[in-house]
Amino acid sequence: MRRRNLALFAGLALMLVLVGQLQSWNLALQIFNMGLISAIMALGLNIQWGYAGLFNAGLSGFAGLGGLAVVLVATPFDPGAWHAGGWRIALALGLGAAALLAAMRLWGRMPPGPARNAALLALLIGSFFVYRWIFDGGARAVEAINPSVSGSIGGLGLPVLLAWPIGGLLAAAAAWLVGKTALGLRSDYLAIATLGIAEIVLSVMRNEDWLARGVKNVIGLPRPVPYEIDLQRSASFLAFTARWGIDPQTASSIAVKLCYSLLFIVVLMALLWLSERAKHSPWGRMMRAIRDNEVAAEAMGKDIKRRHLHIFVLGTAVIGIAGAMMTTLDGQLTPNSFQPLRFTFLIWVMVIVGGSGNNWGSVLGAFLIWFLWVEVEPAGSWLMRILAEPLPDGAAKSHLIDSAEQMRYLIMGIVLLLVLRFSPRGLIPDQ
Amino acid sequence: MDVLNALVLLMNYVIIPATSYGAQLALGGLGVTLVYGILRFSNFAHGDTMAFGTTITILVTWWFQSMGVNFGVLPTALLALPFGIAATAALVLLTDRGVYRFYRKKRVAPVFMVIVSTGVMFVMNGLTRFIIGVGDQNFADGARFLVTASQFKAWSGLEEGLAIRVTTALTIATALVVVAALFWFLRTTRTGKSMRAFSDNEDLALLSGISPDKVVRVTWLLVGALATIAGVLYGLDKSFKPFNYFQLLLPIFAAAVVGGLGNPLGAIAGGFVVAFSEVTVTYAWKKVLSYLLPPGLVPGGLVQLLSTDYKFAVSFAILVVVLLFRPTGLFNGKSL
Repeated sequence: MRRRNLALFAGLALMLVLVGQLQSWNLALQIFNMGLISAIMALGLNIQWGYAGLFNAGLSGFAGLGGLAVVLVATPFDPGAWHAGGWRIALALGLGAAALLAAMRLWGRMPPGPARNAALLALLIGSFFVYRWIFDGGARAVEAINPSVSGSIGGLGLPVLLAWPIGGLLAAAAAWLVGKTALGLRSDYLAIATLGIAEIVLSVMRNEDWLARGVKNVIGLPRPVPYEIDLQRSASFLAFTARWGIDPQTASSIAVKLCYSLLFIVVLMALLWLSERAKHSPWGRMMRAIRDNEVAAEAMGKDIKRRHLHIFVLGTAVIGIAGAMMTTLDGQLTPNSFQPLRFTFLIWVMVIVGGSGNNWGSVLGAFLIWFLWVEVEPAGSWLMRILAEPLPDGAAKSHLIDSAEQMRYLIMGIVLLLVLRFSPRGLIPDQ
Repeated sequence: MDVLNALVLLMNYVIIPATSYGAQLALGGLGVTLVYGILRFSNFAHGDTMAFGTTITILVTWWFQSMGVNFGVLPTALLALPFGIAATAALVLLTDRGVYRFYRKKRVAPVFMVIVSTGVMFVMNGLTRFIIGVGDQNFADGARFLVTASQFKAWSGLEEGLAIRVTTALTIATALVVVAALFWFLRTTRTGKSMRAFSDNEDLALLSGISPDKVVRVTWLLVGALATIAGVLYGLDKSFKPFNYFQLLLPIFAAAVVGGLGNPLGAIAGGFVVAFSEVTVTYAWKKVLSYLLPPGLVPGGLVQLLSTDYKFAVSFAILVVVLLFRPTGLFNGKSL
């Protein structure tokens, strides 16, 4: 079995080498880097689905929160924005949270009846208007500051690597809220609730310009690795490329990508090691016992809802970290790019194809599916060109060739359905 | 007079749009709830089924338009609708045969079926993109208004106009007919009764000789028809963009869950609850208040509780409240 798994990974490496040789090494490294990030996301989902059987349909939102963390942590501190209205926004958000907490206390303390409903409604509506009154002024003031380049509260000016764990924490906090409400109900309700929270997180990121400029995007995020242009100017780097006879421009972009790869590999390996340790610990056995038979596990005194909440929060934290890493790699935060098909359901395909429950399987599935996702497009249009060759020139032919790039969705669906049908345990089945 | 003006304003911007959107959600929610009641899983592919049905209808509409066939004041798409329904029904029946049936016979867990449905979602999404692309398509034709704002103003002498678009009237009328037909079918016909029996208790239904294959087949036929009708009405009313149909999944699920998953009456009520909350919360109430309140009291802001970009947050909030306080929904659907 082990030899087969090694062969699968070797085959994957060979495909990347082929891309490097036939297309370009830049592209191969690009696929490799995104593969690493996808592997981390798949790992997070595998913790939820593979260990505990929880359906999370909100990965895009949680990854988006990770990306948001990068902006909030790593962009420079902006005292002007805070002075103009940042403190008002913070005050309003604190007030909103306090009002919600007060409403929950009130619901618990007062005896049920019309008096409780009236008090609750009055509290919520009253605090909502106060909240909007404080918040709107602050948000307007912040957004008015030089809106074409700034107009947001900025960040904390901390090192960007710190944003990765913070992204995980942010996503985990959101997951805790969703899990608190939807866990313990029917299994599909969690799916629907997570689908909803993702949609909301992303619409907040798109529309709250004071937070991270919304759809105007934040570009030029700080990097944990050197810039290409600095490398091209450094004498030692130029001497190195001259010695090996490589073009400095290509070499610099490859060097930067390799630095990212190194960072990502360290994170992936650490998370993989932790997940494997967790899986083979008593805790992991308990989770599997719960997954396989909830009734029996409950009879043994396990608090299923609590365990599920733990694992849901943990898995989401991993997804948040991956989202932060991806935003760092891109160097920009574009809320519109977090599409559910690409970020939620594609990760599902990775986990299922790789083998639910098996961490190495998730990593393999992530690389394989990401590779397919990237390469299906050129392959599809090449194939379509050949197939459409005998057709007469005209609307039908150009439509066929143009729509070839949409093939990837079809292919991914077919891959998922075939694996589910004929090999539901995936490429590397869990023991 | 001011009260009348406020009322007309409210009709024009809140009640009429919310009713037609509610009818569209109700039709979508009925499809989700039927799959849930009979086949026992949440169908994530429903939004893309709607998109597929609409795509075929649009293609046939264009074909009719190119031949010069039209439906007078009504949109041509109505003529093309039967073709869209037939194609969608064929597609979902094929999907059931090729995909879902295998898992049904194996009696896998519902959550596994949800994953299978995401695979189907990918395929249908890919098909739609492949056939018609990702862009916006506007395929409404025929007369645009039943009553225009200026006609209404001239007739009533009010300051505020009331416009009723043909697509709005059409949505409401079609939804009424479809829902009436569906309920007649479920309550009186033999097949409809066996479907309800199957949904209530599968084992007892099988014991009394109901053919599960037939029930499932009829269910998919109905789901295909409902999805296509809902999709075409939504597309006529707004516009057709495949991604928007995927996003409709959330309000549709909210509608079905609010009413009680598996309960058709609940899905309809849920659709209207979601639509009315969405529209009232995102509507700017300033103008209505300016008619009703004395001039000194009119607030300075727009009095809009949430920006329209957050309409999904409204469906979600309703969903969460229902999940927290009444997980079986308003009309006692299935739980666990």
